[in-house]
Amino acid sequence: MTTIHLAFIDYAILLVYFASVLGIGFALRRYQRSSADFFLSGRSIPAWVAGLAFLSANLGAQEVIGMAASGAKYGIATSHFYWIGAIPAMVFVGVFMMPFYYGSRARSVPEYLRLRFDEKTRGFNAITFAAMTVFSSGISMYAMGLLLGVLLGWDFNVSVLVSAIIVLLYIFAGGLTSAIYNEVLQFFLIVAGFVPLVFLGLRDVGGWAGLSERLAVTATRAGFAPGAYTHSWQHMGSPDANPMGVEWFGLAMGLGFVLSFGYWTTDFLVVQRAMASNSMSAARRTPLIAAFPKMLFPVLVILPGMIAIALTTQAGESGFSLPAKADGSLNYDMTIPMMLGHYFPSGILGLGLTALMASFMSGMAGNVTAFNTVWTYDIYQAYIKPGASDRHYLWMGRMATVFGIALSVATAYATTQFNNIMDMLQLVFAFVNAPLFATFLLGMFWRRTTGHGAFTGLVAGTLAAALHHGLTLPRGSLAGIKGGWLAGPLTTYPSEMAQNFWTAIWAWSVCFLVTIVVSLFTRPRPAEELRGLVYSLTERPSDEGAPWYRRPVPLAVLVLGMTLVLNVIFF
Amino acid sequence: MPLDIRLPIGMLFTLVGLLMTGYGAFSDPAIYQRSLGYNVNLVWGLVLLVFGAGMLVLGRRAPKV
Repeated sequence: MTTIHLAFIDYAILLVYFASVLGIGFALRRYQRSSADFFLSGRSIPAWVAGLAFLSANLGAQEVIGMAASGAKYGIATSHFYWIGAIPAMVFVGVFMMPFYYGSRARSVPEYLRLRFDEKTRGFNAITFAAMTVFSSGISMYAMGLLLGVLLGWDFNVSVLVSAIIVLLYIFAGGLTSAIYNEVLQFFLIVAGFVPLVFLGLRDVGGWAGLSERLAVTATRAGFAPGAYTHSWQHMGSPDANPMGVEWFGLAMGLGFVLSFGYWTTDFLVVQRAMASNSMSAARRTPLIAAFPKMLFPVLVILPGMIAIALTTQAGESGFSLPAKADGSLNYDMTIPMMLGHYFPSGILGLGLTALMASFMSGMAGNVTAFNTVWTYDIYQAYIKPGASDRHYLWMGRMATVFGIALSVATAYATTQFNNIMDMLQLVFAFVNAPLFATFLLGMFWRRTTGHGAFTGLVAGTLAAALHHGLTLPRGSLAGIKGGWLAGPLTTYPSEMAQNFWTAIWAWSVCFLVTIVVSLFTRPRPAEELRGLVYSLTERPSDEGAPWYRRPVPLAVLVLGMTLVLNVIFF
Repeated sequence: MPLDIRLPIGMLFTLVGLLMTGYGAFSDPAIYQRSLGYNVNLVWGLVLLVFGAGMLVLGRRAPKV
């Protein structure tokens, strides 16, 4: 593969972006007076800004590149990750959970767990979360260094260090507000960079009609029904009928319920954006506002993948096709970078690359800000040095930013050495995360849930996930990192994705049951201590008198209605 | 909100829009073969310029907190 040559104009656009990012950081520097300013933006962010940041925090470059790759591999069914794998959970967290998160004045998700349950549940969550964020930020850096090397011939060390220093400077100066502003900037850059890409790709492929026609050929060649790449539900009856290798029940329960709710409702990375908003009403609307662009994002990130595979099957006017890897299989991960290089001349090419780099960097920044908050409030203040002055914690937050980024860089370099260790860690974190939503669901809606119940349930659910993974295998894989490391596989799943979904379903169910049983045998906390933390003991926030578009429930109904329509159109 | 976010967004997109429009006006038309004959720099640069300017106007008109 030849590298892309950048012209002066492309560097100029990239420089304008770097200058803006640093400028935002320094403009915000003088507003960071207390730890609440630094970690929670002084709870002053308007709903629309928090909403776009909520969306962008999740829209790292790996997401963008990965979703395009999945679009090429699985077709339009990838949009399940948006339409049932995100929207319902975003609506739920806004309407039902934000009253506790925002209302309890907890400063982080682990802190909510301490208020609701006890110290050990919080510690478990805080430590696993902190480790996970540093780790994913490092993986993101690694991916960026690798991509820029392949695409532009840039040196890995330079890419990693320059991006780390820029992120460090703007978070150190402006804290969470800086991260949020840059996430909003990144949102507009991604839209600005990808709309023309989709437009040109669609022109090349002959519009939606031409795309469907070509994808019918792709599907038939792969042994599926002609519509397998252009219909999201029709071929979900059996795992063998769709390229994803999953069936509708595993999809709806595993992805739509356990994984999606687990992520959107408990991951501090996204929840922090809503906690930083300027009122209860804004906090509740944050995920709902994010849901509107989220449901349309498949057009920008999945459609390019579908176009790429269609053009690879049957060439279009411009002769675009996906590159192959050394072993002859298609290199799906290069979908977006290759399309940018193919369709964009100098000038707009700079814009496309800036959008990509912005999403790498804001992904890193999101992780770093979540890390420094959890580290400072839930680990440092809780266990290492309680009772210090607020100034001290603000200082600690800045220090945590420095060593959080240093650890990320170390992770990025470790990944270049030991790819397997990283896969393994990622797996362990998946086990820890899978049951989490059961704990929150019970904690928030069943006041009888006890701290001992929650903690035992979490540990049992994590073990159940590991056990399930150790006893099953996706079809065609060898025992090891893919599963089956405990004993000969009891079940073989049709695909890795199906295995993931079912691991999550098992973990969630075990956590749910164990939490209930242990709670019934342990002493619950008195009702007055749980006020504002449990649904039945919390006053419903009232939004009487506000126009409908400023009220969470009508917005939620609109979001769900529109998502339903999208599912029907692409059924 | 200490700094209205629309101002930096407006500045960034106005600058990028100007760069792209300018480049689109003077660049060799041959480079637009890859973008299927569209002068994407000129057209999209203008769109970004309008968006950026709009953001600047909105950001400046907002009441100071």
